[in-house]
Amino acid sequence: MSETKPPLDPNLKALESEAIHIFREVAAEFERPVMLYSVGKDSSVLLHLARKAFYPGRIPFPLLHIDTGWKFREMIAFRDRMAAEFDLDLVTYTNPRGKLEGVTPFTHGSSVYTNIMKTEALRQALDAGQYDAAFGGARRDEEASRAKERIYSFRTPDHRWDPRNQRPELWSIYNGQIRKGESVRAFPLSNWTEVDIWRYIQAESIPIVPLYFAAQRPVVERDGMLVLAEDERLELLPGEVKRTETIRFRTLGCFPLTGAIRSTATTLDDIIGELETATVSERQGRAIDRDEAGSMEKKKREGYF
Amino acid sequence: MTANIEATVQAAEAAQPATRNARPLRLITCGSVDDGKSTLIGRLLWDTKAVKEDQADALARDNRHQQNDLGLPDFALLLDGLQAEREQGITIDVAYRYFSTDRRSFIVADTPGHEQYTRNMATGASTADLAVLLVDARAGILEQTRRHATIATLMGIRQFVLAVNKIDLIDYDEAVFNQISAEFRQFALSLGVTDVTAIPMSALLGENVVHPGTASMPWYSGPPLVEVLELATQRTAQTVGFRLPVQRVSRPDESFRGYQGTVAGGSVKPGDSIVVLPAGSVANVKQIVTFDLVRNAAVAGDAITLVLDRHVDIARGDMIASIDAAPALGRAFEAKLVALSADAITTGKRYWLKSSSRRQRVRVEPKTRLALKTGQWDGADSLPLNSIGTVHLDFDEAAMFDPYETNRNTGAFILIDPDTNNTVAGGMIVERTTRVDGIDAGGERDHVLLSLPEDLADRLMASEAFADLRDHVEIRRVSGARAAAVLKDVD
Repeated sequence: MSETKPPLDPNLKALESEAIHIFREVAAEFERPVMLYSVGKDSSVLLHLARKAFYPGRIPFPLLHIDTGWKFREMIAFRDRMAAEFDLDLVTYTNPRGKLEGVTPFTHGSSVYTNIMKTEALRQALDAGQYDAAFGGARRDEEASRAKERIYSFRTPDHRWDPRNQRPELWSIYNGQIRKGESVRAFPLSNWTEVDIWRYIQAESIPIVPLYFAAQRPVVERDGMLVLAEDERLELLPGEVKRTETIRFRTLGCFPLTGAIRSTATTLDDIIGELETATVSERQGRAIDRDEAGSMEKKKREGYF
Repeated sequence: MTANIEATVQAAEAAQPATRNARPLRLITCGSVDDGKSTLIGRLLWDTKAVKEDQADALARDNRHQQNDLGLPDFALLLDGLQAEREQGITIDVAYRYFSTDRRSFIVADTPGHEQYTRNMATGASTADLAVLLVDARAGILEQTRRHATIATLMGIRQFVLAVNKIDLIDYDEAVFNQISAEFRQFALSLGVTDVTAIPMSALLGENVVHPGTASMPWYSGPPLVEVLELATQRTAQTVGFRLPVQRVSRPDESFRGYQGTVAGGSVKPGDSIVVLPAGSVANVKQIVTFDLVRNAAVAGDAITLVLDRHVDIARGDMIASIDAAPALGRAFEAKLVALSADAITTGKRYWLKSSSRRQRVRVEPKTRLALKTGQWDGADSLPLNSIGTVHLDFDEAAMFDPYETNRNTGAFILIDPDTNNTVAGGMIVERTTRVDGIDAGGERDHVLLSLPEDLADRLMASEAFADLRDHVEIRRVSGARAAAVLKDVD
């Protein structure tokens, strides 16, 4: 809101305008839109863009957080702070099967756990809210199957994605016609890259969860991943030793499934500098993408974002 | 001391990564698997470090494909994102790739060269500023190359790079390269395209893609591909009349009423006089509101909220335009169409037409169809999947457009089948037509009778220029003697 903020560079400005256009188009064309809010950096950018798109009005739809119950505690605190600060209409949902059947990432393995607590939970929450459009922060540069995702991604009544039968998408004209029960996932950040996200966070001073910045934190090494060990829910396995290291997270998800990286990047400048020279992708820290080839595509077909 | 200074400079560069001083350049790559398209894109991503090690590792884990002799990952495998593609070794759909250099970011629409290539190419080309056409140096210009260039031109692309790939396999033969590029330039000229950069290249060896290939091709003094892309121009819609298709009306409280949309042409500033279409009401711009500040101007591409100086009735789908350069308003337009659906576009069927934020009913009447093999426009009354043709559009209510040639935003539309809700065609407006002013209208000396030998007439009628005007012409085929007799009767 400050008048002294330098103008965005043309690259970020173009990406921002495109995202705002998509937000407005979906809000105008659909009856019950919702925005998936995962509390991560991309969601933070998405939220900021939504506020810009509808200014001076409020965001005209609710935000939905699928809470697996295993998110980093700092994420939940941050989420609640944002909701209060920006007067957001926040809906949170947890799959009751989690508690009922004791589904945890430790007992059921990452694949089954993700399917129940994220994909199934998302389908349940979307059905419960009768949402006909859901914004997500997915970017095409994240993963191979996402490179073929449309900006308006059509879903059947049971939330399935058919990558072989997508509607062609020409110019910036989006086809929002659906039948009752069908829905569309809309991706305003489709054309953003990871570096764009960070540059935009910096240029717009967007608040993000502090876990993205390096600090001394307790960790254990498990399956080649650095798992944050400041949570009583993490039970150490035989031979595992808790130690303190200077780490940060490149992406945030469920804490037992999201690996930290060793890093000393404590500022946005540091993070961007680190990215420019990074040799691994951001999803490398995500256990769920690595289960098998085509893993993301499979999850997406079943309704995952 | 010197070492210290150098270290400082390097640190400063690392901390302050070069900013991108331009919008992302959108490009499309055309060519088939055999031309080495996957290798080229893979090479672009690899050499600009857009591919990370774990992504390459994931390929190695798939282990059906081994790394090639150069120790690089199998690029085709990296690019084919869907399981079916990996299983069948084909590319199914348009994919978007991202890479950047210190100067610019790039969005590549990567389209398969074979199955349904027209549909996918049209999709990828619709937003592209530039097309990279790939040819195999051993094969030269093929019919496919001409088709790709034709489609790209139709979709509004006027900048081409001809990548003459696999030049290493013909021993870097300059004469062959020159002959291929000359042949293509001549063909491009027939499409009205003059901006062609031809580059001899080995995508596999990385010569003239990101890094120069001077060592193998001392005879080539031009830039590698990435430098051409860095310097390519972007078409701007800023010099045409102001257009704001209204996406939604913002009314947070009684005191505020703003019209939200993305500027689709020209520029606007407070005080400008505008007209609201189709109603025709006029007003002046009071304010341009954005989240950051109240602005004193906005240009094409900006997402804004416009406040007017008086109350006028404006809804989603209306267009706010400059009062002295408004778009064409009418119920009948001529357009070019690319058919995207298995169900052919046929006369009489009613579709939804969506253009900018406006959706309305339209009846479509196919007129001609482009024979991609010959470049001729033949008469047609339906347009099957993957065909390109000219059509007549008839609206129930007033529609407003600019010619696609003038404004890609306000001259483009899609057709939606109301039965299936599928997007069945992409269209580009040629011009408004006024049927009442056609053949039968009066007026002295405003028509011309031509008598031509049949073969010459057929050539004229098959040309692209004629395809757009077919409705305006009456045609009779007669003997030379009869033609002479008819003309004799006319002054």
